[in-house]
Amino acid sequence: MSSRERILGRVRRALADVPQDDTSYEQAVPREYLREHGDRSVEQTVDLLAENLADYRALVHRTDAEELPNLIMRLLAQRGSQSVLVPPELPPEWMSAAGPTRVHDRAASTPHELDKVESVITGCAIAIAETGTIVLDGSPDQGRRRITLVPDHHICVVRVPDQVVSSVPQALERLDPTRPLTWISGPSATSDIELDRVEGVHGPRTLEVVLVSGRASAEENA
Amino acid sequence: MSGTFVGMPAFPVAAHDAVRNETLRGNLRHATHTIRAKRAKAVAEVSDWAELREAGKRIKDHTLFHLDRYLVQLEEAVTAAGGTVHWAADADEANRIVVQLVKETGESEVVKVKSMATQEIGLNEALEEEGIRAYETDLAELIVQLGKDRPSHILVPAIHRNRGEIREIFTREMSEWGRPAPEGLTDTPAELAEAARLHLREKFLRAKVGVSGANFMIAETGTLVVVESEGNGRMCLTLPETLISVVGIEKILPTWRDLEVFLQTLPRSSTAERMNPYTSMWTGTTDEDGPQNFHLVLLDNGRTDTLADEVGRQALRCIRCSACLNVCPVYERAGGHAYGSVYPGPIGAILSPQLRGTASEIDASLPYASSLCGACYEVCPVAIDIPEVLVHLRERIVEGGQVTREGNKVILKPAKGHAAERAAMRAARWAFGRPGALRTGQRLASRTRRFHPRTLPGPGRAWSESRDLPTLPAEPFRDWWQRTQGGNTDKGAAK
Repeated sequence: MSSRERILGRVRRALADVPQDDTSYEQAVPREYLREHGDRSVEQTVDLLAENLADYRALVHRTDAEELPNLIMRLLAQRGSQSVLVPPELPPEWMSAAGPTRVHDRAASTPHELDKVESVITGCAIAIAETGTIVLDGSPDQGRRRITLVPDHHICVVRVPDQVVSSVPQALERLDPTRPLTWISGPSATSDIELDRVEGVHGPRTLEVVLVSGRASAEENA
Repeated sequence: MSGTFVGMPAFPVAAHDAVRNETLRGNLRHATHTIRAKRAKAVAEVSDWAELREAGKRIKDHTLFHLDRYLVQLEEAVTAAGGTVHWAADADEANRIVVQLVKETGESEVVKVKSMATQEIGLNEALEEEGIRAYETDLAELIVQLGKDRPSHILVPAIHRNRGEIREIFTREMSEWGRPAPEGLTDTPAELAEAARLHLREKFLRAKVGVSGANFMIAETGTLVVVESEGNGRMCLTLPETLISVVGIEKILPTWRDLEVFLQTLPRSSTAERMNPYTSMWTGTTDEDGPQNFHLVLLDNGRTDTLADEVGRQALRCIRCSACLNVCPVYERAGGHAYGSVYPGPIGAILSPQLRGTASEIDASLPYASSLCGACYEVCPVAIDIPEVLVHLRERIVEGGQVTREGNKVILKPAKGHAAERAAMRAARWAFGRPGALRTGQRLASRTRRFHPRTLPGPGRAWSESRDLPTLPAEPFRDWWQRTQGGNTDKGAAK
């Protein structure tokens, strides 16, 4: 007998006392919890996102589409980065004003090569206001998972309010589980020394989140 | 200190030394009190905590009651997404599978994400025997590994160490394993974290094989989820070419949507955060992103035996948050090592004796490592009634009965060492069934009360060593009631 059959057989025998139950899964689990906490306007939801990101030590910047290239240039200059990793389809205008060398992540790039790059800039799939979380799903404006991991400085651009949801339940509805997902809530941290939170272990120690309101500037331009 | 739990003495013996270790008690008191207050605050932020807890409990119960179906569904989904599924009935089989998989890659070292399942099966030791070095990359696991120590907490295995001790371990041991600790390392947590970053960086960048566990597995999609803080998990899950995940069969959730419950309750219960810094989710393999070989090892190792126990099976709902450890008065004083298992604290006291059986001294003593105060049940995000299971296991140990071991039903004999308890219970049953004898006995006891010892003799001595014997009244209640007509004519108690 294979271990597969052995384990499945043990499970069935272990449950011999449980009466046959044809209740559907949907009926078996009451979901009386909230879809989101509190009642907020779209603007307030974006404010909450900014507040919670900052609470977990992400550096938050707000700008519009027009100012975004200048802001990115300034952030990279302040950091003193000579090179910056970019995903395959980063909107070209984001980096239009920035000076550092753009490094493309290729399948053949080794982790050691990526380790020499100082910063990385990406978009995101969505952001969650209640928990101060950004979620990456490996889309072409975000790239492979490793590029947001190895460099010590990550700039993540969130389009507000389109990419912002209030809560974890709303986030899961909008995400595709077949894509590799990375949920990021603040820079790398640990609670392993005396159960107290310290920022900065293996992931990027500096996380800058840029909330860019695209529509506002488009309207101004019109 | 040895790095293994084999041959541990019973809980009271192990705890006896721990409670006299003032550094240990200070470290534990500081850490558990810090986290307790923070958890309460994080939980209070969500107004629907009770509903989330109930949903979590029901999802887990439903899954356990249909575990065979969901395991098969998960296997199909993982396979369809490019992964390979292996089944391991016990620790030895799981270790053999992992050793074989690592050997097939031709590598002689692996990087590890913190994982309770691989600790439980002793994977690092099994790899070491085959000449494969396993590097623990979680900060606390690193502290334990470098210090040749044992884990004492589910979430923070080095909770028994304070910053000064950690500095000393890093300075002394890091050079043995790779990059030495920086010169002049101080004991500030930020510097200690930096030292770990530098030490492990090279290992991450060259690693070809990663080994992990998982917090959740989604049956409908085949998605695995790892919840972490430091980024070491992301390193191990995305940089290597081969990823091997060893996961207990009870970690399944039926649907993608179910994560909406646990991703709200787990971080708040464990590190008292709205959300932990990093959560990784992957489904099989993805072209040109992350490991191109993914193996999932589904581990039984006593879980199906636990599932066979109608009362005890609720322990399988556990999501390893460790909130029960942080509130437990016994854990706070005795520390994690006394529990003789990778699962310490209240959840360990019900999980270890079920996963391993109660044949050893330590496992038979664990259900007694509790004052039954119930704080653990109150904070549990999946509502495991730990006191109920503790009492159930105590009964089983004292009276014996039917249990399942390795899939077979066996009858346990009543444990030795409970003879005095059993004799006392038999005597009580006899006396309570005979009112005349009970009355005579009570009067005799009241009249001789001046001569009663303050501690019990013989086998009762251990019990009364830390407890006061109840003082007997000057006259039995029934006599008083009759004499005073229910208290109406009370002129003081009989002398």
